[in-house]
Amino acid sequence: MNRSGSRTWLLWLIPLAFLLFFFYQPLLVIFRQVFSERFNQGWQFFSWEQVTRPLGFTLWQAFLSTLLTLLIGLPAAYLFARFDFPGRKGLRALSLLPFILPTVVVATAFNTLIGPRGWLNVILMNLFNLSSAPINLLNSFSAILLAHVFYNTSIVIRMVGSSLARLNPHYDEAAGVLGANPWRVFKEVSLPLLMPSILGASLLVFLFDFTSFGVVLMLGGPQFATLEVEIYNQAMNRLNLPVAGLLSVVQLAFTLIITLLQNRVNNPRYGKAALGSERKTLMKPKTKLQKLYVVLLSLLVLILFVTPILSLISRSLVTFDAARGERGEVETGLTFRYYTELFQNRSGSVFYANPLAAVRNSLVFSVLTMLIATSMGLIAAYALASSGKFIRWLEPLFMLPLGASAVILGLGFLITFNKAPWTSGAFPIMIPIAHSLIALPFAVRTLLPAIRGIPISLREAALVMGAKPWRVFREVDLPILLRAIIASLAFSFTISLGEFGASSFLSSPQTPTIPVLIYRYISQPGALNYGQALAMSTLLLVTSAAGSLLIEKIRLPGEELF
Amino acid sequence: MLRVEEIFKDYDGKPLLKGISFQVQEGELVCLLGSSGSGKSTMLRIIAGLEEPKSGKVFWDDTDYTNKPTYERGFGLMFQDYALFPHRSVAENIAFGLRMIGRSRVEIDDIVKKALESIHMSDFAGRSVTELSGGEQQRVALARALAPDPLLLMLDEPLGALDHNLRTEMLKDLRKRLHDSKKAVIYVTHDQEEAFTLADRLLLLHDGNLVQEGSPETVFTQPTNAWVASFLGLGNLVPGRIVGSDRVETNLGQFKVSSSGLEVGSQCMLLLRPQDAILDEKAADMPNNLRAEIKDSIFQGEYYRLEVLVGQTLLHVHSSKTISIGSTIDIAWTESSMQCLPVM
Repeated sequence: MNRSGSRTWLLWLIPLAFLLFFFYQPLLVIFRQVFSERFNQGWQFFSWEQVTRPLGFTLWQAFLSTLLTLLIGLPAAYLFARFDFPGRKGLRALSLLPFILPTVVVATAFNTLIGPRGWLNVILMNLFNLSSAPINLLNSFSAILLAHVFYNTSIVIRMVGSSLARLNPHYDEAAGVLGANPWRVFKEVSLPLLMPSILGASLLVFLFDFTSFGVVLMLGGPQFATLEVEIYNQAMNRLNLPVAGLLSVVQLAFTLIITLLQNRVNNPRYGKAALGSERKTLMKPKTKLQKLYVVLLSLLVLILFVTPILSLISRSLVTFDAARGERGEVETGLTFRYYTELFQNRSGSVFYANPLAAVRNSLVFSVLTMLIATSMGLIAAYALASSGKFIRWLEPLFMLPLGASAVILGLGFLITFNKAPWTSGAFPIMIPIAHSLIALPFAVRTLLPAIRGIPISLREAALVMGAKPWRVFREVDLPILLRAIIASLAFSFTISLGEFGASSFLSSPQTPTIPVLIYRYISQPGALNYGQALAMSTLLLVTSAAGSLLIEKIRLPGEELF
Repeated sequence: MLRVEEIFKDYDGKPLLKGISFQVQEGELVCLLGSSGSGKSTMLRIIAGLEEPKSGKVFWDDTDYTNKPTYERGFGLMFQDYALFPHRSVAENIAFGLRMIGRSRVEIDDIVKKALESIHMSDFAGRSVTELSGGEQQRVALARALAPDPLLLMLDEPLGALDHNLRTEMLKDLRKRLHDSKKAVIYVTHDQEEAFTLADRLLLLHDGNLVQEGSPETVFTQPTNAWVASFLGLGNLVPGRIVGSDRVETNLGQFKVSSSGLEVGSQCMLLLRPQDAILDEKAADMPNNLRAEIKDSIFQGEYYRLEVLVGQTLLHVHSSKTISIGSTIDIAWTESSMQCLPVM
């Protein structure tokens, strides 16, 4: 242990205390409430069906979604890792975009495609002169699955694709020389070697599908409730906090199991031996079959990833006021009205919330989140980078919030801080705190490899030349970490800007965030509300895309975020 | 018998192999020797069918193999990084090729057992290959390549991943095992010591061409050009010009050499082997005698390596005894020990 370490460890108490107070305390309170309820009423305070129904549905949709995601993601990962074709880079970047999109943006994007006011119905109605939407895919199981596939295919492409690109090609070649035909090479060598990353990706996708909230709430409708949606329903609509708490406990237990499983498959005994650094494995498609594969799969990827996004952007710029039987006077055309309306201050409606205020709230929350998450992340990452055994043991403590859901966090805040000295008016102030907890694992994972990468000799050299510890940090560490810090800032900002689950619990009618307002607008009738939801979603889409582009540009190569 | 004919191959648009032809007989061990990037590994990969040549053909016993898929060729290839399957045990790795060609379970068990015995690793059968040391991995990789009894065995820098001490030890082992296998073997290396130790015949690859082919002795005593002499570290190379049928002009003066066969007026390199240098009194009355100042004398075990300055040119020679630095001595080479080599 170096000497400067003895005092700085006190600094590490700050993120630890932050986590204990704002993350572990609320979880504990939820647990305590559920079990005190059990002692007061026995297990009678709920019916088993209240748990088994949403749990069963959650598992079922997560399973199906994961299966479909793999079905598209694996061939797509192979496409990007093996073939060199025109437009490959752009298409790959596009396929990775959905992962960073806020759930409300994805939900509205699919709404503009298959919803009652979406392109599909608008076109059909105009073609066949129909007075109502002929197809209702919204509020259906397929809508949920579709959105989940759209969301998580990027994870499979990223994780399995990176393994594919790093897999030593000599294994396949050695098998070929030993007499294995291509099918046997795949079955006996490639597939087993890729299995850890395929399993890892599947479990992560399953976890995300399992904890899906915004997508199911906005695309699934009332008849489809996952655990998360049910927690929200019980807490916010039925005001049944004990049942919401119980569901949270069940949800957490499953999340923990999936996370543990994921950690296991992520550490295969031969992982390091099989995967080297990224190699040049790209080849031009040569045979007819390969060309067909590349063309068909590129088209599939293009349709899956571009259609919803283009649909959202274009629909936000077009008006089809074919409302309520006045079909004769359909007003069709390009319009910027939905955007300009965002900046009009009209009050009066009960539901009215000022979009400008939402933008301001979101920006303030995001900036606060960005600062809190990155500074906490920086201290935590330094603690984790040190060799102390005690600190190593703390690592899972810092990483657990990654698996915990935003909805449970929101619920925990509601229950825990709904008493003096906190007041209900204080909840919006807690939004940046909740967002920071959600962003913290990402911040740590962005910063930690950069800190570990600083050679200790650089610091020692500076110390020997007379720099005090703070000077060492400023003159040696900080310049080296600058890129990672900027990436962490951008990451937490983007996460906060699009966060919906916790915000939906904590925002008050007067202080909505952009995603909360989008949800509110799109749930209401009226073309203007719809249009404004789309306009805000488009702005959010552009901001998130810009944020992720910045992160991709400045992130150090070779880091894994999962 | 393997025969490759006029193999051409481009890499990144530049020619890498410019028409390579050679043969390998059964029971013959051929070393393909060249510096890194000379295309020797690519040559192996073309023979194995892992890469397509731009033009040219690969024959086995007069059957055209050029378009045969890799897995139907029945050749063996040992990779520099061994490429042992990390998800399979030692025994499973060795059994892999046998399973692919459809041998029965009983046969496979028997062959694997014998293979493990021959590399003294019978206790390692169930071990994971990731737990093996470098030398053990090397032995397993060779056993795996040999198990299916391939027509031709190819080894791509098989000792490249080992440290120096282990290399020397494995080299002896490899020599015995390869010669005992009685197979046609192509051994790729950039290390001349390995090549000289193992090869029945050397093929020297440079700049996309086979610049020399022959037994280690022939190559050593009669390098065909200056690159071969320099690559094999045969001795001092002094630039010169042919001025007569047996005379060459250099910075060190004019030398009388045995006929070089080079045209009068052409550039050449004069090879002066350090071990052939004649020193001091014995050199004093020889015709090609040079005055040399001793700059350094380095103990090398069996001899001293002397760094000497002749005019502006630094040479090195071997001496049985040390000579004090700064002194001046006579050095000479006999007419027959000097060789005039074409520049390329």
